[in-house]
Amino acid sequence: MTSLLVIIVLVLLAVALWQLTKIFDLTQVGTSSDDSQVASDNDNNIQGYIMFGFLAFIYIFTIYGLLKWGNLALHTPASEHGGLVDNLMNITWVLIFTVQVITQGLLYWFSFKYKGNKEKKALFFADSNKLEAIWSIIPSVVLACLILYGLYAWNNIMFVDKDEDVIEIELYAQQFKWTARYAGQDNVLGKANVRLIEGVNTLGVDMSDPNAQDDIVVSELHIPKGKKVHFKMRSQDVLHSAYFPHFRAQMNCVPGMVTEFAFVPTYTTSEYRELPFMVEKVANINKLRAEKSVELVAKGGTALDPYTFDYLLLCNKICGASHYNMQMKVVVDTPEDYKKWLSEKTTLAQDIKAAAAAEKPAEGAAPTTDTAAKVIDTVKTVVDTVKAAVAKVAMK
Amino acid sequence: MSAEAHGHDHGHDHEHEHHHKDTFITKYIFSIDHKMIAKQYLITGIVMGVIGIAMSLLFRMQLAWPEESFKIFNVLLGDKFAPDGVMANDIYLALVTIHGTIMVFFVLTAGLSGTFSNLLIPLQIGARDMASGFMNMISYWLFFLSAVIMLCSLFVEAGPASAGWTIYPPLSALPQAIPGSGTGMTLWLVSMAIFIASSLMGSLNYIVTVLNLRTKGMSMTRLPLTIWTFFVTAIIGVISFPVLLSAALLLIFDRSFGTSFFLSDIYIAGEVLHYQGGSPVLFEHLFWFLGHPEVYIVILPAMGLVSEIMATNARKPIFGYRAMIMSVLAIAFLSTIVWGHHMFISGMNPFLGSVFTFTTLLIAIPSAVKAFNWITTLWKGNLQFNPAMLFSIGMVSTFITGGLTGIILGDSTLDINVHDTYFVIAHFHLVMGISALYGMFAGIYHWFPKMYGRMLNKNLGYIHFWVTAVCAYGVFFPMHFIGLAGLPRRYYTNTNFPLFDDLQNVNVLITTFALVGGAFQLVFLYNFFSSIFYGKKAVQNPWRSTTLEWTTPVEHIHGNWPGEIPHVYRWPYDYSNPNHDVDFVPQNVPMKEGEEVLHH
Repeated sequence: MTSLLVIIVLVLLAVALWQLTKIFDLTQVGTSSDDSQVASDNDNNIQGYIMFGFLAFIYIFTIYGLLKWGNLALHTPASEHGGLVDNLMNITWVLIFTVQVITQGLLYWFSFKYKGNKEKKALFFADSNKLEAIWSIIPSVVLACLILYGLYAWNNIMFVDKDEDVIEIELYAQQFKWTARYAGQDNVLGKANVRLIEGVNTLGVDMSDPNAQDDIVVSELHIPKGKKVHFKMRSQDVLHSAYFPHFRAQMNCVPGMVTEFAFVPTYTTSEYRELPFMVEKVANINKLRAEKSVELVAKGGTALDPYTFDYLLLCNKICGASHYNMQMKVVVDTPEDYKKWLSEKTTLAQDIKAAAAAEKPAEGAAPTTDTAAKVIDTVKTVVDTVKAAVAKVAMK
Repeated sequence: MSAEAHGHDHGHDHEHEHHHKDTFITKYIFSIDHKMIAKQYLITGIVMGVIGIAMSLLFRMQLAWPEESFKIFNVLLGDKFAPDGVMANDIYLALVTIHGTIMVFFVLTAGLSGTFSNLLIPLQIGARDMASGFMNMISYWLFFLSAVIMLCSLFVEAGPASAGWTIYPPLSALPQAIPGSGTGMTLWLVSMAIFIASSLMGSLNYIVTVLNLRTKGMSMTRLPLTIWTFFVTAIIGVISFPVLLSAALLLIFDRSFGTSFFLSDIYIAGEVLHYQGGSPVLFEHLFWFLGHPEVYIVILPAMGLVSEIMATNARKPIFGYRAMIMSVLAIAFLSTIVWGHHMFISGMNPFLGSVFTFTTLLIAIPSAVKAFNWITTLWKGNLQFNPAMLFSIGMVSTFITGGLTGIILGDSTLDINVHDTYFVIAHFHLVMGISALYGMFAGIYHWFPKMYGRMLNKNLGYIHFWVTAVCAYGVFFPMHFIGLAGLPRRYYTNTNFPLFDDLQNVNVLITTFALVGGAFQLVFLYNFFSSIFYGKKAVQNPWRSTTLEWTTPVEHIHGNWPGEIPHVYRWPYDYSNPNHDVDFVPQNVPMKEGEEVLHH
């Protein structure tokens, strides 16, 4: 609560300043003329110096920010195209910083230098075609370069070559959960529609489609290093956005259509954890978590688990009350580990069969199947509601 | 000055004023006088601004100290949304949504444009009033009605609209998806539909007045830049607002009458909905066709006010008057063909992304021209640091800082990874939020004497500016970094992501700056409301300005000028003209014999 204390102090300071100005105003009562509220030479002088001070503030704050928070920004990209993105980003940053330093410098320096007084007269300088030409043409040329590089990168990233050897994976979004579907042996995803959602087939996969027979549905995303992964995104309810910050990848999931994005992972999860910047970042986070834990334990709570890095898939389009907790763990494996992991998974067809088998005895026991199903549904809804309520309470 | 003498000479009263006796109601409530309507817009805008900013402080507190208990939350949000003083996650989204809506539409569109277009268009072009005073009055009262409806939506049971100010369906269409999409969203849509009607009436009035009612000698190239920006803003508004109205109507159809314009293949709360064949991307196109021009509707008037105030206080002509007009026109034109840069990753064809990257980055050129022209206006000036001038310089500063990061967001390749992160929040708050707010403050400090016949206290103005300036950078500069760290916007808390634990300290700092900056706006409110009654009496032309509004008497009269409307003989920026001894020559002063025009 130190911050609140700071705020209170600042508010008090404000009150003090306020009172000071009042006193200042009162001392002027005798001398006040009608233009007492128009800047005097003295005001111009003081404000001119503060302008200069503010320029220093902007520069120092920028340098402070870069030193203190510069390492918070996403570091080494974990995908092949990420290098291209970051390269363009760095070029743009150099440009932005140069322009920012020069223009802010000029703006506040001129404000300081030409602070007015009543004797002076300004220079009548109304226009100059030469100057206008300079600052129209230079930005045009610079922007043309940026646009060309940007478009080159964009086309490289966004257009997937149909002949390329890619792994097809569907990302399925719903409030507030991600699911992935692998295309299986044939590497073709079976057709799907939300109208076919039933029981364990939560993605509405069309099981009459031959391509769907070997599809695999999982709740944790594994992808192999060095192979292009072609994601096809769907959403069952509202807009979501599949955001993989470390891979410089993002695409919205739109109900009623399939969107796509493809990238090649270049570091396995364990390789990325070993990168020096990540070791440092995780150490820092764990230090903060340890401090927080001490605070929590003192209040009678439980300590936080230490953090190990994992790639994440976040939802980055407002999708409802629990939007802030819609995530899926992403694991980049070596191609061998990936194959092994995938081979251990059961296909959706098998899941459906198993579920049907499990439900059979229940059907036999009940006199009419309809009421049984209804009872099961009701129980399910009740269980779900309770679960949701418990989860909500737990979150609080 | 002769006009001043006229002001007190009631013998020569023109037939327009004191023609009929004003009752309290016709003078202060259902007034058709543009000056009173401007003040009504301003006060309503300020009230809405206080509400909008207060909301942002509440959710900033939640972000800095997530899920901690604050008594004030319970007091303001009630037991339902803040039990035990802990803010609930759905009211967080509602606060974000309504903050955005109020600030963009009610403060920076109606509050800014409505106030200064109404006040300055007739006064600066030399007209007795707007082309249609009655329509002007209706325009204000529709705005007032829409504001009341928006505020009412805060009190509906399931909470106000909470799908973000961009109200993307299906989230905004389905109460099953988020509680705020029930009655709250209905009221939001009704309020906005009325707001759009109000805005259209205002805009049409501005356009017609500027085209038809200019005084003798006031050619288009002698208009002050304020008028140019109001005029162009009104045109953009007339082009783009109807598209938002159509989007809102189609959304109402989808919500209430079962059509499928924006909805398709939806399975929610355990059932399949009947919608088929619609597309949320269509809504995004319609929304941003207004949404992007809207940011220029917000910033252009601020640019106009700043240009005018800068020239007056630098005692120097605005540099490149014609280039300024051309750049406003270029920005206006480009603003209508860049909307797709909000949708690079919406699922639209990537080829469109290429096109929109191209048009978007082009906007940087006229923007750069404007920035350099403002800086050059200061060069070798005789700068008078009135509070309005400070806010004008501040506006150029934040416009540059915020505008430059637009080069990143407008580039589709770079947008992939910063889209919808705090980087975007930092960018647009600086470039259009803070900049437009500074423009509005500058305008208030500068034209307060014209509105109320009294002066604002300059020392309070100085304190207000400097604290606001430091806090604005303090809030939005660090946000770039947490955005670059990949932190998504509109998250109620980041505690579910240990990955973002190291951003928490930055969030605390941002909130601290926000609270201090917010608190110091009270200095402004005090200054504003006390000066209306107790401020120093203003002289007729306190800033020694050249434009026509300062030739009207301090006391407001219907019809603005007693006697004849002044004729105009020169451009509005004859400051420090070497042909004259005084450092300003008002527009209504005839050219001396043999005097040459010294500008293009």
